[in-house]
Amino acid sequence: MTETATRETRGRTADGAAPAPVRCDQHTVEVVSDSGEGAQKCGQIFGTVSAKMGNGVWTVEIIPAEIEPPPRIPAGASGNRIRLGSGPVTNWGDETNVVVAFNEQALLGRHRLNALADDATILIESHWKDHPDEDIRRAWKNAMAELGTRDYRIVEVPMEERCLEVIEDTRRGKNMFVLGMLCWIYDRDLQLARDQIAHVFRKKSDAIVEKNHELLDLGWGWAADNLGFRFDVPPRPTDREMVVMNGNQAVALGAVAAGMELAAMYPITPATSVSHQLGEMFERFGGIVHQAEDEIAAAGVAIGASYSGKVAFTITSGPGMALKTEFLGLAIMTETPLVVVDVQRGGPSTGLPTKVEQSDLLAAIYGQPGDAPHVVMAPATIEECFHAMVTARRIAEALRTVVIVLTDANLATGVQPFPRPEPEVAWMAPPPDQSPIPEGERPYEWDPRTGLSRRFVPGQPDGMYTATGLAHDEASRVAYDPDIHQRSSSMRSRKLAVLHSMLSPPGIYGEKEGDLLVVGWGSTKGAIEEAVDRAREEGLSVSSLNITFLSPLEPGLKEIFERFDRVMTVEINYSDEPGAPYITRQNRRYGQLAWLLRARTLVDVDCWTRVIGEPLRPGKILEAIRARAEKGGEG
Amino acid sequence: MTMAGCSLLRSATGDERVFGLADYESAIARWCPGCGDHSVLSSTQRLLSEEQLAPETTVFVSGIGCSSRFPHYVRTYGFHGIHGRALPIATGIKLHRPELDVFVVMGDGDCVSIGAGHWIHATRYNIDMVALLLDNNIYGLTKMQTSPTTPQGYASNTQPRGSYLPALNPLEATLGITNASFVAQTAEWIPAHLFATLREAYRHRGFSFVRILQRCPKYTAPLFEEGVKNPDVTELLIHDDGILLPGLEDVYEHQTWHDPKDMDAARRLAEEDGRVRLGVFFRDESRPRYEEMRQLPAMAAEERVDLLEKELDRYAV
Repeated sequence: MTETATRETRGRTADGAAPAPVRCDQHTVEVVSDSGEGAQKCGQIFGTVSAKMGNGVWTVEIIPAEIEPPPRIPAGASGNRIRLGSGPVTNWGDETNVVVAFNEQALLGRHRLNALADDATILIESHWKDHPDEDIRRAWKNAMAELGTRDYRIVEVPMEERCLEVIEDTRRGKNMFVLGMLCWIYDRDLQLARDQIAHVFRKKSDAIVEKNHELLDLGWGWAADNLGFRFDVPPRPTDREMVVMNGNQAVALGAVAAGMELAAMYPITPATSVSHQLGEMFERFGGIVHQAEDEIAAAGVAIGASYSGKVAFTITSGPGMALKTEFLGLAIMTETPLVVVDVQRGGPSTGLPTKVEQSDLLAAIYGQPGDAPHVVMAPATIEECFHAMVTARRIAEALRTVVIVLTDANLATGVQPFPRPEPEVAWMAPPPDQSPIPEGERPYEWDPRTGLSRRFVPGQPDGMYTATGLAHDEASRVAYDPDIHQRSSSMRSRKLAVLHSMLSPPGIYGEKEGDLLVVGWGSTKGAIEEAVDRAREEGLSVSSLNITFLSPLEPGLKEIFERFDRVMTVEINYSDEPGAPYITRQNRRYGQLAWLLRARTLVDVDCWTRVIGEPLRPGKILEAIRARAEKGGEG
Repeated sequence: MTMAGCSLLRSATGDERVFGLADYESAIARWCPGCGDHSVLSSTQRLLSEEQLAPETTVFVSGIGCSSRFPHYVRTYGFHGIHGRALPIATGIKLHRPELDVFVVMGDGDCVSIGAGHWIHATRYNIDMVALLLDNNIYGLTKMQTSPTTPQGYASNTQPRGSYLPALNPLEATLGITNASFVAQTAEWIPAHLFATLREAYRHRGFSFVRILQRCPKYTAPLFEEGVKNPDVTELLIHDDGILLPGLEDVYEHQTWHDPKDMDAARRLAEEDGRVRLGVFFRDESRPRYEEMRQLPAMAAEERVDLLEKELDRYAV
């Protein structure tokens, strides 16, 4: 094993001047520690300050699987990863350029995931190196040897030693020292950082805020005295008012903007934080987050609430979706409007609870036994997570059906600035209609063309009827007559065709014809578009499109596909690799969107998919594009 | 019952209607002849009429099973849901619309088997509604499979050598759940007692759990024969705060003065010892009601937009 890393303890140029910053369009920095040491808070503040300065930002959490894993293990790395850009940042990017690690084991965890660029700059807490515990000293040595196989620039930082000058418990405070270092490296506005610290610790005492300010200055000062590099990602301030939040917060705010007043849920990663946000907000807005006894009950409570008034919603992830299945069928059969948010994670079964995947698509559309037509849509950005809730509530109400909103762990925990929404009264659900029902009007008075009918709400005089999951006629009378089931099935299905008629074909990113069209859905949009940009710079004839409505599928797809030689989906779900043992064109299992598109368009749609528990990196998508461009398809 | 059979009357203002039995009648019940559900339906309609519940603000929620057809036969709003899940639907209705009167009708398979988790939690939520367990000790709709309340040894299609385990006792179980506030038992073959129990349940503010012993002439007739024919096996729990039916003394000699406030006594009385005890076992109106604690004043859309703008300020950069 060769030691190739350069060690720097002092970085000043010979004449003592501050180094000239390296100019970058975008840069990715991460902060990792053991759980509870505050790396996440440090990263969040750094991301927020950068956003406030006008940088594009995409922040993701680095989350260990356990709440409090044992200290100093690679799997315990906890923190934040912040990608900064001069322009808007639409995805988490590729490898990390700068990493600050509170111990060498957390660092190893990131190294082993190939998260770090080959030439990454590493700032590592150095006090483990000469630790009294021999095991720790040995672990440090082994780690450095392993890290030495790459061209990392490793800088040892005496964080512990310096922080002890200000505080006694370095587990609470080192993060602010690190924040100070990062602020110097990226030339952040120190006053903004101070303000943000004061905001984050607003519920703590002034003394704590002061200590944190002191640590911030200490980190800044140490970096200024000792580091020989700086990076400049020049911000481009915009006049538009921006907000910054993660996808789960956007879902919660969107639900309030949609006028919804009841969310029923059962705790499940990575969906739960929506309810944290909402629980707090509903206390002020008037509303209820009902934590049900199980996932099934959460669906039932939401359906009961919707049946009796304003559209309610439930939030879950894959395993919870499986449990809610029967209730979704009931809502569809009784034409009770309902919004379901599925924050997708890796599956099947418990799978990868904290990691992103897009594997629930087919289950979301087809997972209910019997013919159960309903709407499935997928926001592609954090901004869209907000607006999707308003749209979903409206569609659910207008069509009297279930709308499933598929987000994922990438959107849920990613933090990104976006143009501030301008909420309107018109977005909000009106109070439930309590006017008398005219004589003779029935609860399922299906318009024979559209399948649409007026929903009766308890409290409306003369509207009394019994909603039932059994086959029923226009009056909701239980009916086993074959004609009635045929007719009512077509009425429920027709509503999707009506929605389809109102949708526009998806926009194409890039040229409207060419060699290859990359098709994605949901959160991969930003990474795909970045990969397409790079591919076009290389001279490849590639375009992409992102599909928001998956059931019904957006119109015009076949016509668009036919203008390209090849069409390929890029998804975070499983598909067989062409050429793998036993895999043939006859038995290859495709990505989930690819299945849908093949069936819908009869175009031979190929796919490139990965299930490695992380968002797709644009660089990897680019490699797949290049490979398809060279090979000319799956062959 | 003077209003029985009279049609919906409306005054000029529309708020002085009088509801008779006929106002609560809907489709003709399709239960088997001799099924105890018919009796429960009649008593319930009588209750609706006596309490003058407006049909449009009353909701019957059910699961799946013979008894779960109930909402179709009552002219109110109804939700005939899925097996075991009536209580979550009812919970959602009451959380959103606490002013509605909600009745939940469940069978033994529904409530104490597939929906058992919801039964425990609905009892604890103590939301103001009436939950009726129509317990015929068998799965009837699916044609005679053992239910949790089938007596040990009683043969069915799934356990032809007889039910293997002692029957689950829904009263004991409910009385064991934290925050239970009303637990009663009645029998559909004693209409006066049934009606009186339903009325107590309706008037109780909280989750009123009523187990109704209910004959299934098709599959469990032998199990109820003794109880119906021989008053000696029945013991009435009577109290000023429970049910007092002077007319029944002559028939049912075994009567026990039981104060529904006394949980220890209630639990003892609920134990199986060969006696069929009918009456209010427990009642405590002081227990917290979830839907009351969760009520927040509604906010006008304009106010919500203003508040949302303030909320967005917190995320502004």
